[in-house]
Order: sequence, then structure tokens, then C-alpha cells
Amino acid sequence: MDNPKIIQASDHSLLVSFGDEVSLAHHQSVMRLTTLLTASRPAFIRNIHPAYCSVLVSFDPKMTSPEAVEVYLVSLVRTVESTPLPHPRHIEIPVCYGGEMGPDLADVAAHNKCSLDDVIRIHSSGEYLVYFLGFSPGFPYMGGLSAKIATPRLATPRTRVPAGSVAIGGSQTGIYPVSSPGGWRIIGRTPLRLFRPNEEPPVLLQMGDLVRFIPITNEEFARLTSS
Amino acid sequence: MPRILVHTPGFLTTIQDLGRPGFAHLGVSASGAADALSLRLGNLLVGNPETAAGLEMTLIGGVFEFESETLVAVTGSDFEPRLNGASVPLWTSFAVRGGDRLEFGPTKSGARCYLCIRGGVDCPPVLGSASTHLLTSLGGLEGRALKKGDVIQIHRGSPQHSALLRMKPEVLDALFQATPLRVTRGPQADWFSRETHALLSSSPYTVSENSNRMGLRLIGPELKRTIDRELLTEGVSLGAVQVPQGGQPIILFVEHQTTGGYPKIANVILADMHRVGQLRPRDEVRFEFISMDMALNLFQQQELLVNPQSLVPA
Repeated sequence: MDNPKIIQASDHSLLVSFGDEVSLAHHQSVMRLTTLLTASRPAFIRNIHPAYCSVLVSFDPKMTSPEAVEVYLVSLVRTVESTPLPHPRHIEIPVCYGGEMGPDLADVAAHNKCSLDDVIRIHSSGEYLVYFLGFSPGFPYMGGLSAKIATPRLATPRTRVPAGSVAIGGSQTGIYPVSSPGGWRIIGRTPLRLFRPNEEPPVLLQMGDLVRFIPITNEEFARLTSS
Repeated sequence: MPRILVHTPGFLTTIQDLGRPGFAHLGVSASGAADALSLRLGNLLVGNPETAAGLEMTLIGGVFEFESETLVAVTGSDFEPRLNGASVPLWTSFAVRGGDRLEFGPTKSGARCYLCIRGGVDCPPVLGSASTHLLTSLGGLEGRALKKGDVIQIHRGSPQHSALLRMKPEVLDALFQATPLRVTRGPQADWFSRETHALLSSSPYTVSENSNRMGLRLIGPELKRTIDRELLTEGVSLGAVQVPQGGQPIILFVEHQTTGGYPKIANVILADMHRVGQLRPRDEVRFEFISMDMALNLFQQQELLVNPQSLVPA
């Protein structure tokens, strides 16, 4: 592992970065450090923001100093390499593609000069790695989208994307766990709840998960929603 | 259980406490009061823990009716509060009786005014906090702003501490000084030239109408990058001054996303975040770069003022 860089991002946060490109090695370092941080979780740590190759750690300056947090982070980083990673979980996400639930499916097909069925077949045959959760509660940043269906984001984001929407943004795919504004192309919807704040854990997907999408019909969507 | 009836909600009134830190790794924004200092001090005035939930009003306040007697305090900006028609002072606790109406008007000063009630607002905590996160409809009352006809439940306060208190004026003066917003260097400060840093610290910026609890969009001289590659999405801090294409900066505020992909030239210091919460659309802001040490020093000094010693009998 490369030696990570630690910089002070603000008067209440430090940024640990392992590099500046998306790679499995960086992802695993981020995941190990996040695991160590969430497991030990001293009271002075307020929040942990993992991303593709960095972890932002915010702290309470009433309880500690940036120097002390840095010492703490350096000590964790030393053990990162020897921290075992759990076996990745394989998660299947049922998706009802197209129609009202996937209003941009036709645009994705048109952009990539293929049929609607091609988009569905390609999207549901890939396996996607959850790099991290960010943006909004439970939103998975997933890698592994086929270049054959990559599609630029909307020029003007929607003010409200329904919860469960499965979408493509550039070369990434993701799922909107809660209704929120969003600029990705919506190709379908899952009946699963990705964010359930009153359950433990509150999120369905976690960093490191491997995800597959399973096409379902409107009837199956309705049945799964009611169950 | 004491209750409050919402006759009119005002422009944008939400239930807020000090937020839900600890879940950013799940994508959950900390949220919390826009001017946390005013909420904390309001809570101290009514004998609550600093962390109790109150009502945050924005630009235009509401009309509220109390079902039973209790102790309240109004803090933050001056929305000209009137109790049954008679003007009541800010930063001072006062008693209300059942049937009393507390009315607020449009702001006479900054963007936000807080109503703190003895015991604190009682709503089911989501991930440990009552704070409303509007964008994702989380917390507060059904994750939304208050509307006409809502009934707000209040925790029963402890029977002690019924003293009427007010803030020492010199403490208020110290907490709300009209200095430029102090910033420290952001994680991508070196993506911008020395001249651009100078431009940011010497030019006035105007708060856009298109600002909210998630971020304050500013209008002013363009901040040009010297490095033109895309930033890989990374974690972002409260108060980060991020610069999208186009060069018009955005201050990330309490409902900010947990991660973002724009370079950050600076970060507003914690000790000035409550003043960000009082900025209104069309207000002018100026920035001043200071060192991390100075920023932390200002924070520690400010924290010394947030305690019961800053209150005197009303």
C-alpha cells in the first residue's frame, strides 16, 4: 500500500487520501480504514466520510486537537494493511425496468444505439461493486457499468427522483434510496427499501457489496412492494 | 403533555436540534440548526440541555398557540415576536399560559429565528436526532416543514429552573460580530492561484436567492482554477467553499451531501458557521483567510461563552 496523505481539510476535519484514481486497491484501503474507524469510534470523532480513494474524518474540536486526531489516524493507517476484509456479500436487487418507473430507459437506448431490451440485458448481466455510500442516505456509488450503456447525466437535474429509482450517470450506476433531487438517467425502480432509518442496520447495501440487478415485471413489483 | 398549535407556519419553519452526526459513512447528512449557537443559547434560557429540539423559522415567522403554561425563549434574528399582541424581547425567557398566542413577523435582521420551549420539542428521533432534513424528508414532523394545523408535542420539562433569564448583552455582541466570514484553506486550495485567493478575500459576494439549508450559492467575481481536471468524489466538510465550473462559489451548509466532486478553495471556520445561518438572499459576504490555529482559538473562545454564566436574571 502507498503511504496515504493526511491533510487538514478544515478546522474540524482531516482528509486521508490513498491516491487519486478509482482502483480496487484504493477501495480496499478505504474500506479497511473505515472499518477500523467505525469499530473503534472514539467519542471525539463526529463523522466518517469514505469515498473512492479517501476518507474524510470530522472531529469535535471541543474534545480534541487536529494534531491528536492525526496521530490517531496515523496509528490506524499503520494497521490498515493487516486488517482483514470481510468476504463481499452478494446482493440481488429486483428491478422493474422501463415504463413509468424507468422514464429514461428509451434515452439510454437511443444514446447507445441499442434496443430497450439490450439496455436491460446488459444492465442486469453485470456485477457491480459498491465503492461507498454517499450523496444521500444509503446511496451506493457503484462501479462496473458496461461502457455499452454509459449515458451522460441530464443537463438539468430532476427536482424529485422517486425512492428506489435505478439510474445511470455517466459510467456509473446507482439507486436513489430516498426521494431526492437527481441528475442521473432513471431506467427502472426497485421495490426494496435501501434506507430504513429505524432498523439496524439502517441501510440495505454497504461498501464492498457485490450487486446484481434482476429484472422483474410490474406484477412482481406490486407483490414485492406489498409484502 | 404540553402542546403547541401551529396557526400559521411562516415561510419555512422546521424542527431542529444539533443534528445527527455519526452516519456520514451511510450517506446521512448531519443536518441540525442553521444557527446552532442561537438554538443552544435559547435552550439554556429555558433550562433545557443545549441539545433539545426547538423551532427554526426562516425569513418570515409563524403564529403559535400554547395549550398550557410553560417557559419559552426567542433567539437568533429579530422577527418582532408578540405575545397576545404585546412585543416580547429576544434572548430572554418568559412565561406563557394556556391559550396564549405567540406571533412572529418578517425578519428585521438575519435569516433565522428560534423558538425554544421548556422541555424541548418531542418528536420521534431518527438516527438519534429530531432534526428535519428537508431534502430527504428525514426527522422532525414527517420530514417536512411545519404547516397550518400541525400540533407540536413538547417534552415535560423538569420542575426546577423556572427562573426568568436573559443573555448578557456583551456576550451577544461578542458572538455576533460583523467581521468578514473567516475561512481556512480548503483541501484543493492549491488548485487556485495566489491571485484567485486574493480575489476571494478582497471581493464582496452576494448570497443568491437560490440558497437553502443545503448550500449558499454566492454571486461575485469568478474563481478560476489553475488545475482543470475533474476532482474524484470525496468527503466534504460543513462550511466548505466549493467552486463548480463557472467559478461561482457555494458554501456547503447543514444539509450538505456527505460527498461531492467540486474542488474546495476554502472552509468557513466553525466559529462563524452560526453567522452563515443568518445570511439572507441578497446579503453581501466577505471572506478573510486565517490560520488553522487562529480558527481553533476563536472556536475555543466562543465555546467559553456558551454556558449558564452568560445568563443573568431577567
